[in-house]
Amino acid sequence: MPALERMSPTPDEPWDKIITPRHGIFLVPLRELWHYRDLIVLLAKRNITTQYKQMVLGPAWFVIQPLLATFVFSFIFGRLAGLGTEHIPHYLFYMSGIIFFNFFSECVNKIAGTFLRNATLFSKVYFPRLAVPCGQAITNLASFGVQFIAFLIGLAYYLAKMRFFPDALHPVHLHPNLYILCLPLLLIQLSLFGIGAGLIVASLTTRYRDLQMAVPFAVQVCMFASSVVFPLSKIKGASYVSLLKLNPLVPVVEAFRFAFLGEGDVTRFDLLTSFVSSLAIFLIGLVIFSRVEQTVSDTL
Amino acid sequence: MSVSVSVQNVSKRYRLGELGRQTFVADWKRKLLGREEPEDEPGTFWALRDLSFEAPQGQALAIIGRNGAGKSTLLKVLSSITAPTKGVVKLRGRVASLLEVGSGFHQDLTGRDNVFLNGAILGMKHFEIAARFDEIVGFSETGEFIDTPVKHYSSGMRGRLAFAVAAYLEAEILIVDEVLAVGDVEFQDRCLGKMDSVSRHGRTVLFVSHHAATIEKLCTRGIVLSHGKLEFDGSQLEALRFYTDKHLSAETCLRDRTDRTGSGEVRLAEIELRNLKGERIASLPSGEGLEVWLHYEAAHGSTLPRINCDLHITNVFGSALVTQSNSFGDHRLANPPRRGVIVCQIASLPLTEGLYRLKVTLFPSDRFTVIYDEMANAAEFRVVQTDFFGGGKGPLPVLGDGPFLLRGGWRIEEASQTAPAESRNSPLP
Repeated sequence: MPALERMSPTPDEPWDKIITPRHGIFLVPLRELWHYRDLIVLLAKRNITTQYKQMVLGPAWFVIQPLLATFVFSFIFGRLAGLGTEHIPHYLFYMSGIIFFNFFSECVNKIAGTFLRNATLFSKVYFPRLAVPCGQAITNLASFGVQFIAFLIGLAYYLAKMRFFPDALHPVHLHPNLYILCLPLLLIQLSLFGIGAGLIVASLTTRYRDLQMAVPFAVQVCMFASSVVFPLSKIKGASYVSLLKLNPLVPVVEAFRFAFLGEGDVTRFDLLTSFVSSLAIFLIGLVIFSRVEQTVSDTL
Repeated sequence: MSVSVSVQNVSKRYRLGELGRQTFVADWKRKLLGREEPEDEPGTFWALRDLSFEAPQGQALAIIGRNGAGKSTLLKVLSSITAPTKGVVKLRGRVASLLEVGSGFHQDLTGRDNVFLNGAILGMKHFEIAARFDEIVGFSETGEFIDTPVKHYSSGMRGRLAFAVAAYLEAEILIVDEVLAVGDVEFQDRCLGKMDSVSRHGRTVLFVSHHAATIEKLCTRGIVLSHGKLEFDGSQLEALRFYTDKHLSAETCLRDRTDRTGSGEVRLAEIELRNLKGERIASLPSGEGLEVWLHYEAAHGSTLPRINCDLHITNVFGSALVTQSNSFGDHRLANPPRRGVIVCQIASLPLTEGLYRLKVTLFPSDRFTVIYDEMANAAEFRVVQTDFFGGGKGPLPVLGDGPFLLRGGWRIEEASQTAPAESRNSPLP
């Protein structure tokens, strides 16, 4: 074999990229992700535009779906089961829970499929894989925004009703307060939880496909083990309540209801613990994900 | 000139077989006990073994090797699709890999949206794509279809658009894996031209191809991989010669190959290529004769079958160029022994220079629905250019000329005024 010509790199010109076997634990390619920010935006746009292609109602489904769910829940839980919603109109109570739960479940379910749905793409081209979950999170935020507006319209309607017909048959008590300014914080916390859980599942499903079956079910359980469909005050036994509050979804929904509707069972301590656990889940997800992404095309 | 790609002692191990409960348990046991994975664990194999080479900036480097030699794995490691098991790769400049371009296309999006999406996947900024958009569309010849969803495109159009996006990416290192399989000959030619100009502009090209002529034209250096190891490093011509001489003739045994179909009552065991003097060869000059020796074995207990044999000469992409069969003429292969050799003699093989493959089909002569054994890439051989026509010139496949050399005569005559016109206008009887 002819001798390999040794060419030493000039010291003033550093290498742009060094590929090694699996790198350290906390190495998340943030700089690279920033470089690919246009891709993240395009992926988010693609998710929205392709989701409702060739549908008659198109993007209206963003709103129709939570409205239908609200209708069903208020019938089953409100009427049939008689769980009631305290002094809050059914629409506002269920809608407030559903839009948050939708955001969370979309994050988990869609991000969980990151590797499996993009298997062929990932085995052909390199780009920071985190761009896909990031794009998905933006898509989910957008659809949350639309559903949130639907909620606000309802809120405005009931506030007007409260103002002009104070003596109606079913008196309405709504007290939106300044805590509504905390909405971005609530969204950040729920994003951390949803994205983190999604990243963990996405990474583990590459090897253990069992999770594909288990996750949608677990997400569904998350809804019933929370205050999405019934007020916490209906639960008898304080230990159950504190157990439910371990679900990071619960303090978020309760805080939201407290801020916008004036009724919600939440303390600052609840919010703090759920924020910490959400952050922990997010960081764990990030670490596992960036470990798995390096060799994922071998196991898929 | 500085190094733009440096590969140092890179190894890559793959696990064979399926991931199941056992691998799961074994993995965790090992992790909990804190043991290293053993070097040569059964059920794993090394796709790359201790590979080192460097490519200076602006070099067009061809990576040559048989299927499974580790070429694709190397490209995947270089383009960071998968991490190496050991070793380090250092790169200077942006990397664009054209490994089967267009996998990022979304069926429901228009061509325009897909150009931007695919460009972003390859690492381009929005403004960079916007600045080159017209060039990309022009190169891909999609024109008026650019605002139509990609699902209505033909596969050729899709491939052209995808290649165009990648070709206009301003990357310092270009990784190319047989992309030329897309599009028609004329488009392939333009792709080649584009890649040639890319390497002329100081960018580094790593090129995997089976297309000898392309390698000769485009690359200046070649490395040969075999079983994941570097076997040869030199100029592209030397590398091609090394590969065809050493490699193609060395491995002729087909017994362990699994890429075959058929009932298996009769199986190909070995294949040999010989010239008309009876010498074993791996390459032959254009127009020379060729003998293909097919060793076969019949399974135990089967009734002695009557064999027919089809021999297709294909290009490296597997498209048949010409087919020879004993069933065409009156060549009955009567009373075949249980183990025997079928010899097919081709008096003259008028093919242009390049790599070719043989596809062999064995089937019974009395039943048409059964195949004994069929293998698409039973052998690979190279045809070397000669002065077939005697004038120093011949067809160039790189420029879109076909693969065959035909003997023919040319003359010119004065057009006769009446005869053809009359026959054309005369009514049918």
